[in-house]
Amino acid sequence: MSAALAEAPPETRVHYLNANYGIKSWLLTTDHKRIALLYLASITLMFFVGGAMAVMMRIHLIDPAGALVHPDTYNKLFTMHGVMMIFFFLIPSIPAVLGNFLVPIMVGAKDLAFPRINLLSWYIFIIGASLTLYAMVSGGVDTGWTFYTPYSTTYANSQVMATALGVFVSGFSSILTGLNFIVTIHKMRAPGLTWFRMPLFLWAIYATSIIQVLGTPVVAIAIFLIGLERLFHVGIFDPAVGGDPILFQHLFWFYSHPAVYIMILPGMGVISEIITCFSRKKIFGYHFVAFSSMAIAVISFLVWGHHMFVTGMSVYAALIFSVLSFLVAIPSAIKVFNWTATLYQGSISYEAPMLYALGFIGLFTMGGLTGLFLASLATDVHLNGTYFIVAHFHYIMVGGAVMAYLGGIHFWWPKISGRMFPDTWARLAAAIVFIGFNLTFFPQFMLGYLGMPRRYATYPAEFQVLNVMSSAGASILGLGYMIPLIYLFWSIRYGPVAPANPWRAKGLEWQTSSPPPTQNFEVPPVVTEEAYAYGPPGSGREGAHD
Amino acid sequence: MTDASAAHSSQHPPYLAHHFTDIEQQNESGTLGMWLFLLTEIMFFGGLFAMYAVYRLKFFEAFREGSHRLNVAFGALNTAVLIGSSLTMALAVRAAQLSRRKAIIFFIILTMILGIAFIGIKLNYEWSADYREGLVPWMSFHVESPNAPGVRLFFCFYFFMTGLHALHMVIGLGIMCVLLRMAAKGRFDEGYFAPVEVTGLYWHFVDIVWIFLFPLLYLIGGRY
Ligand SMILES: [Cu+2]
Repeated sequence: MSAALAEAPPETRVHYLNANYGIKSWLLTTDHKRIALLYLASITLMFFVGGAMAVMMRIHLIDPAGALVHPDTYNKLFTMHGVMMIFFFLIPSIPAVLGNFLVPIMVGAKDLAFPRINLLSWYIFIIGASLTLYAMVSGGVDTGWTFYTPYSTTYANSQVMATALGVFVSGFSSILTGLNFIVTIHKMRAPGLTWFRMPLFLWAIYATSIIQVLGTPVVAIAIFLIGLERLFHVGIFDPAVGGDPILFQHLFWFYSHPAVYIMILPGMGVISEIITCFSRKKIFGYHFVAFSSMAIAVISFLVWGHHMFVTGMSVYAALIFSVLSFLVAIPSAIKVFNWTATLYQGSISYEAPMLYALGFIGLFTMGGLTGLFLASLATDVHLNGTYFIVAHFHYIMVGGAVMAYLGGIHFWWPKISGRMFPDTWARLAAAIVFIGFNLTFFPQFMLGYLGMPRRYATYPAEFQVLNVMSSAGASILGLGYMIPLIYLFWSIRYGPVAPANPWRAKGLEWQTSSPPPTQNFEVPPVVTEEAYAYGPPGSGREGAHD
Repeated sequence: MTDASAAHSSQHPPYLAHHFTDIEQQNESGTLGMWLFLLTEIMFFGGLFAMYAVYRLKFFEAFREGSHRLNVAFGALNTAVLIGSSLTMALAVRAAQLSRRKAIIFFIILTMILGIAFIGIKLNYEWSADYREGLVPWMSFHVESPNAPGVRLFFCFYFFMTGLHALHMVIGLGIMCVLLRMAAKGRFDEGYFAPVEVTGLYWHFVDIVWIFLFPLLYLIGGRY
């Protein structure tokens, strides 16, 4: 495409950021790119609020008797940390920010299928987030992010209603976003963009959207019933009047296990884009990576019982859930092997997004493999409810999803903002995040294996060394997250102007200017080649601007 | 110039949103979007149906007893009313496809009347009677029976499920008010009837939910 035009400084050109100004032009926008930025701002706030709570917990746990807060406050801290991070950061992170920005551009369309519903979903998200923040400042909630009954319905004296309502409301934002993506991917692909020419990011987002559309309503109804229970004491989950509290756990995990894949699948899509670009190679086994996303989406609905092996479940049910949980490891492993095979004989370069991607592969693999310990019945009895679980899902959620999110933000930042970020700082931050993360969470594997239970405000003195290591790591990790926040802000004003395709990457989003015009493309694109057509090394086609 | 702009406006009818390439794409997107929305609705009600099934197995006798307390005659009448409203809704869609503008308005109004009749019967003859008989779990529950806790659970589900269903009908009626205004302005014809069609899909779904609720709550209690 016309590279000369695209590389003119952004000030001289009309694009989506300077097409119009003023607070109204943002709050009433239906441009998917602007809505993506609205989401970016909101979830960044939620991330740092949730992060602050993690910092307070880690400070508290420096001392075996608890160094900072009252035990009741500690219960609220881990609850609010989980609620903020899962429902208001991780679930919207890649879909609502990068997905919103990229899905229409990657399919070669002017916008999502339902632009006004897209804006509506942001407002719904804001209502849900406000309710939850209100719950936080007006006393907090202490049920754990899982809202287990009957504690949440009968005994907890904290802001369960406001929090539950906030989570319930934000679920509809997630549903509407997923619905919008599915319709857009089905109906709005550019001429020539067949299903198997789609970038793998789109496949991942598609699979994620299916989970959002099918899973979220079930948790919505379960959380709604918690509200009814607290208001009217209907008794559906109250054993005193014949209700079954474990039924709530079934409904909750029916959504919340697949929700793990809402958080990690889009990250896998991001990694596929980054790995191919910085290896300058076509993805190894495109169809396998694409279908493994779909396989994960399907199998994820059949494994929720692995959260309940020790809560009361028949041996046979537990056996089946265990086997099915092992099954979901297969498509995940397929992805890891295919990324690794893509690296093989590639011309690899280590730009900041690639550092995050490589970090992702290592950390996700560890998180995935330790998941198998928990899917096995015998080891789960020992490890369930310990720090082993905490470490396991943080390796997936933070080592996986957050690393992928940061990698994706860096990878597409030139496209989003029209500016380059400072490369040295970015690489440094990636290294700090990787080191800080491992120092925080690897000791927790050991703590869990040694038997330290999660969710306690105090612990026996012999666990102190590992806890202090973890707390030290958390402060490094916190620093690692602050640095990108600062230099990305800085780059908006002072960063070098980004060309249309700074990474010489393939994909429609790199064929339009940075930042893109409101209509995304000057001329509606036509796709003539498969995804990741980087060509054999040395052919001169590795990243040509053709 | 004038030729070109005429050709341009014929390519972009006023109801075609700018981000779609043609009206076919817009219509298909709308329909697929509604189907997906209905899929989430199925999962939403599905969670309730699953819970109902679990408790029905657990408290079989009590659920039978609860079911016997319901008024089958009004339930059956409402089933007929609702199926009738699905028919009139389908006729409204047909009228839109044939550009029969007066018929669209007529059938939408008829659908709304039937919908309101359903809610009226439910409120006036069923829920209020249940209240007088002391069957509302969180307001006036007193049932003399060894199975009372289970009966109470049955009525929790009964009110929650029929209430949620009625809420969906109210939302549907709201959407039809908008449709009616658009139809009165003559917006719909054979070239553009997607809103009528999509509303029809939603209305039929609400109908189908009732088709499952009616036997589940009223009929399978072993009364017949
Ligand atoms: Cu799980």
